[in-house]
Amino acid sequence: MRASSPVSLAKRADFPLLAAQPKLVYLDSAATAQKPASVLTALETYYSTVNANPHRGAYALSAAATEAYHDARVRVARFIGVADADTLIFVRGATEGMNLVATAWGRANVQRGDNIVVTRMEHHANFVPWQQLALAAGAEFRIVELDASGSVDLAMMKRLVDSRTKVVAFGHVSNALGTIHPVAEIVSIIRTGAPQALAVCDGAQAVPHLAVSVDGLGVDVYAFSGHKIGGPMGIGAVIVRRAILERMPPYQFGGDMIEWVNDYETTWNVLPHKFEAGTPNVSGAVGLAAACDYLDALGMEMVREHEVLLTTAAMRALAELPGVTVHGTATAEGRSGVVSFSIADVHPHDVATSLDAAGVCVRAGHHCAQPLMRAMKLPATTRASFWVYNTLEDVAALTRAVRATQERFAGV
Amino acid sequence: MADAALDALYQEVILDHNRRPRNFHPMEHASCSADGRNPNCGDQLTVWLRVDDDVVSDVSFQGQGCAISKASASMMTDAIKGKSRGDVVQLYEKVHKLVTGEDPALAKDKELGSLRALSGVSKFPMRVKCASLSWHAMKAALDGASVVTTEGPEDARSAS
Repeated sequence: MRASSPVSLAKRADFPLLAAQPKLVYLDSAATAQKPASVLTALETYYSTVNANPHRGAYALSAAATEAYHDARVRVARFIGVADADTLIFVRGATEGMNLVATAWGRANVQRGDNIVVTRMEHHANFVPWQQLALAAGAEFRIVELDASGSVDLAMMKRLVDSRTKVVAFGHVSNALGTIHPVAEIVSIIRTGAPQALAVCDGAQAVPHLAVSVDGLGVDVYAFSGHKIGGPMGIGAVIVRRAILERMPPYQFGGDMIEWVNDYETTWNVLPHKFEAGTPNVSGAVGLAAACDYLDALGMEMVREHEVLLTTAAMRALAELPGVTVHGTATAEGRSGVVSFSIADVHPHDVATSLDAAGVCVRAGHHCAQPLMRAMKLPATTRASFWVYNTLEDVAALTRAVRATQERFAGV
Repeated sequence: MADAALDALYQEVILDHNRRPRNFHPMEHASCSADGRNPNCGDQLTVWLRVDDDVVSDVSFQGQGCAISKASASMMTDAIKGKSRGDVVQLYEKVHKLVTGEDPALAKDKELGSLRALSGVSKFPMRVKCASLSWHAMKAALDGASVVTTEGPEDARSAS
């Protein structure tokens, strides 16, 4: 173990909420991350010095707001390896990103006789929009199951994609188990078996933990949520290949997204504005850009290394406790900073309440992945997730609290 | 403080009912039954009632859930067996006020018997729905409904 290992990668003092609650052991960053002070300052600065409606006013302040919004887009695109920043559409989060594509592209392109393929591992945000699109279009909805090792069954995916597949939707990293999926292999299965299909990747649990290059992944659609990488809630992005975006009808109609409104028809603005109807969330975009600055200063390779260290320690410590089962891949290398586990004879909600009393915040439940939980025959699990501010001390606090929970519920 | 609240939540009587739930089985020839579901956590249980001459002559439940929901359901079956429909509805209302903390005096109400152990729930707003799930299912069954969720329009936020 490294000499620096008890220390967090990021300074706890950088995060006002954690600094104000020194005893809090926050292990729910997969749900939402705490915010660095620089992000909060960026929001404050935007509203106290730049705020105006972008793309509208002919005055300097409006121009400044327009520029701040544009700069934020370029900054976020650079962070996730997107060269063509105008193909990055700001949305509320990964959920809205998926809904945008499922609605706008899906309605125009999916018909009866087509099929849509998703995996058993998906978060509801990358499952329900496609399920509902299939229902509305009369298309077939196909689910790629897990193999014996608990990974997405790629052989089955090969069998399920065919010449009528219109969408293949898969996660980059599982939110419930932390499993990192082999995106390159999946993309190659899609390009070989269904070259006409849209390759849609949910990056909500990848962008906080891995150095992501969306261009390098070779997918058609990639979405993520800003609040999981230390940005504000209510901002995120969906990145769609330019050729697809240009042919795709708008998602919502209104101000900013139009080129010219005639009495009986309307023409659309250029990218990215065509897909951003109404006054945009400029402060959110500016805050998200500040979060990208913060993470780049830490270095995403360092973030990954730190999380592997914590995850390895947590998996080892929990697996050593009799009666505790750790779910998902066997090694920390195959997963993000997520450890999902069960304690024999103690329901995850009781685990979470008991851990909370020890100041340890974890998530208990189905993790918005009910289809996965059903396949695993688990009603729910307890999930601890790590990020840049967590330490080996936090892992030790988790282990102690789990042991205390077992003692409390141990019965005759 | 946190530990004291936790001790009050997980009293021995609760842990005992969780480990050895009473009347934990399906019922043949029930007069009515209902499923209680908590969409937030996926908890799900079924309550069966046999009602003869307006008296709950038998009651059972089965399902999955946390210690609080299981113990509350188990204690409920003990508490309502043999009671008239009117008394059961009255008890239902009392338990609602007990677990939400709406009437703190109920924590010392002798009539509630072991159900008083559920008073610790009121300090954990996130767990009130666990404690009330089986009671809502029981009430729904009596009222002739077959499914009830904790996210109904009526006071879904606070409790039920």
